[in-house]
Amino acid sequence: MNDDSHRELRLLVQADCDGELQPRDAAAVAAHLEDCAECRVLQRDLRATKAALRDEAPRYRAPDDFRRRMEAMTATNAPRPHAPAPRWRWGAWFGSFGLGAAVAAALVLLIVVPRDNGGVEQSVLDGHLRALQSDRLYDVASTDQHTVKPWFAGKIDFTPPVKDLAAQGFPLKGGRIDTVHGRAVAAMIYGRAKHVIDLYVWSQPKAGDAPSRDLSRNGYNLVTWSKGDMRFWAVSDLNREELDDFVRDWQAAP
Amino acid sequence: MPAPSFDRVALPHLDAAYNLARWLTRDPTEAEDVVQDALLRAVKYFPSFNGGDGRAWLLRIVRNVAYDRLTARRDGGTVPLESSDDEEVGPADYLRDPGDDPETALSRKQDRAQLDTLLAALPLELREAVVLCDLEEMSYREIAAVIGVPIGTVMSRLWRGRRALMRAAKAGDA
Repeated sequence: MNDDSHRELRLLVQADCDGELQPRDAAAVAAHLEDCAECRVLQRDLRATKAALRDEAPRYRAPDDFRRRMEAMTATNAPRPHAPAPRWRWGAWFGSFGLGAAVAAALVLLIVVPRDNGGVEQSVLDGHLRALQSDRLYDVASTDQHTVKPWFAGKIDFTPPVKDLAAQGFPLKGGRIDTVHGRAVAAMIYGRAKHVIDLYVWSQPKAGDAPSRDLSRNGYNLVTWSKGDMRFWAVSDLNREELDDFVRDWQAAP
Repeated sequence: MPAPSFDRVALPHLDAAYNLARWLTRDPTEAEDVVQDALLRAVKYFPSFNGGDGRAWLLRIVRNVAYDRLTARRDGGTVPLESSDDEEVGPADYLRDPGDDPETALSRKQDRAQLDTLLAALPLELREAVVLCDLEEMSYREIAAVIGVPIGTVMSRLWRGRRALMRAAKAGDA
């Protein structure tokens, strides 16, 4: 065995450990390992090193406060392929007057959030999916409304109503701060069997009362209503009937 | 079918972005700065995102930002343990210390703190290959896309990085 071919073999043994080989090449490596003690030791050491790295070298997670800052920053700056055209004309209009993009976006949000359900709906769904994907469903995990409600105090500029619906089959699971259209909002998490319901709440002065409206998007069901100065959005992969039950129970609960 | 939103393409990979930035810069504050710059760049580039692998796309930007900053600080030139990419892969001479078994060596408790120190001490190019492969669990193809080199170079850097780790683990053990 000359050095050049052994050099190749080492890389092949490594590729095998990394799961990169087609079955035929993996079989060739296995055959070589039968005959070559040096490569067997190499394989063992590489596996041990990989396992040790996986177990012992930290995979750093973005700190929570940093994550929130980044979410808010990108929500303010990010292009929105789903956005309805008028918003972009506003953005371009503000932009053309030389305001920074962030300022323009913030102004547009103030104008748009109360009315534009199309964009809000997507933003609510995006928030829900982001929370599910990142395993960051709760900032505070508690089934006790008297724990969840005070937790929101000081983190957002309003006090969301927190209710537990365990008796109705929708137990409260916790709460978190989320971002809808670049704005910090309260999210309460409820469970129903294996389904998760996110109930988003933000303050919307002078909104008045508006009855529930059902929407669906990408296979998810959403319900929105407003009450007093609060706007509510419930989103879940739960079926329409049960999500409507949830909303009815929530509205009826004291 | 609407185009994917930035939120769904990039933000699910925030931990991956932070992890890579943290290992490249070896500093938590610097890592946040790198990720923040990278996200702003990503927002700008997003219209040209072709809908492929969002993680590799974002990590490539993170990596470029980190390199720019490290170069600017002239801190990229950590004293290399090895020479350039075309270096001979070489015999597995880390094996030659008699009577020791890296498997037990690496799994021993007192070595645990040491392994991330060893990884952090690897030259930048080897460190990033090992982090992407073993911590981020990316394929050679994905790593090649992030770093912007051929797959053969990825394999060679991985080998050199791991060999250095195995040697250093043994040396620390002696």
